[in-house]
Amino acid sequence: MKPAPFDYVRAESVTEALDVLSQEGADARVLAGGQTLVPMLSMRLARPRVVIDIMQLPELNRIERTGGTIRVGAAVRQRELERQSDLAAKQPLLAAALPWVGHAQTRSRGTVCGSVAHADPSAELPLVLIALGGEIELRSRRRSRRVQAAAFFTGMMSTDRKDNELIEAVSFPAARPGTGYAFREIGRRHGDFAIVACAAMVDARTARLAIGGVADRPTARELPLPGDPALGDALDALAWELDARDDLHATATYRREMVRRLGRQTLEEAARCRA
Amino acid sequence: MPRLSAASPHRVRFTLNGRTVSGQAEPRMLLSDFIRHVVGATGTHVGCEHGVCGACTVQIGGVPARSCLTFAVQVEGAEIRTVEGLAPAADRLSPLQNAFRENYGLQCGFCTPGILMSLDALLRDRPDAAEPEIREFLSGHLCRCTGYTSIVKAALQAVRQRREEAGHA
Repeated sequence: MKPAPFDYVRAESVTEALDVLSQEGADARVLAGGQTLVPMLSMRLARPRVVIDIMQLPELNRIERTGGTIRVGAAVRQRELERQSDLAAKQPLLAAALPWVGHAQTRSRGTVCGSVAHADPSAELPLVLIALGGEIELRSRRRSRRVQAAAFFTGMMSTDRKDNELIEAVSFPAARPGTGYAFREIGRRHGDFAIVACAAMVDARTARLAIGGVADRPTARELPLPGDPALGDALDALAWELDARDDLHATATYRREMVRRLGRQTLEEAARCRA
Repeated sequence: MPRLSAASPHRVRFTLNGRTVSGQAEPRMLLSDFIRHVVGATGTHVGCEHGVCGACTVQIGGVPARSCLTFAVQVEGAEIRTVEGLAPAADRLSPLQNAFRENYGLQCGFCTPGILMSLDALLRDRPDAAEPEIREFLSGHLCRCTGYTSIVKAALQAVRQRREEAGHA
């Protein structure tokens, strides 16, 4: 349970971090809060030649509320975002989901972008990003690009990020007036990985539900509004479509049932919050 | 900065319980191992070593964190507090430690240092913490002896005691 040897670079500029990434490619790993990377290194699931620490870069440690988005830099810890006093007003879905991310003792170090980079299918922050239709900002030495969340998560723990790219920031769309948001999750204990997690947004005409923990990546769908008799069939179709699997924590049957029930409850709560 | 090579040890320096400590660490050395093996402060316990059990919890910059999920080289210049920093004197327990003693908040004691560091930070941040908040905070720790009830009782006693003392001041 000890990591294999690696070189350590405490980057002094984003350019320096990008240079090392471009030289080393897949042999380099970016270290932010380390709450996922360090155990992966300890279990030797990852054996990079070099680890690039980006936490000393002030330009990455910013939360910016510009226009209609909340932009969170790569060095912003989950705890910092959670403690923004206006977060619940600015984006209630993000505020509701953050306390479910790991434990207080890991949110103190873990970063928002790190969770997105890791792309665990049951993770809350990728789910929120998918539900809201957020964006990921990637930068390499040669170019910067922005990717929609729906195109970023490509499978279990895999993303559209190239080996020479750094996630510079992620942007969450701010709450829209007249829209209700809700988050619910079921796990074995608080802080455990989600068996099923649901994020919903409902306005006067549309309802959107995102599901985590079931498919190999978080998935969002437009659904009939709560109260519409068509909702039950649509939830059932979604439950089957996600291709739930049995694992140590729950059976596929249980997960499908949770998509139907927890999904409905989350949509109904979002509709109530709209008022 | 120059690249710290994997093969050789590098000097790491930080503040541990108010005292400057320094030692040699390869980049891959976990903070938990540095504290125990290089500094020799063995109050911090190592359980699962992948961030699940919470036994190795310390405070980094006043905030509880897993020392097994942080490399020693990452905390260069930081302020670290461990269980050795809680008691005001060698023969006196802190109010939280004393509450653990009076309420049987520990049995084998393996998880206790981590739990104390978490609760110490919580009660500083939220002096009026109620039971649900304490239980949620404790969800980041595994205790296989107590069933948690006595730990919650101890934490609530520490909250009460602090409130009474503030009232008399």
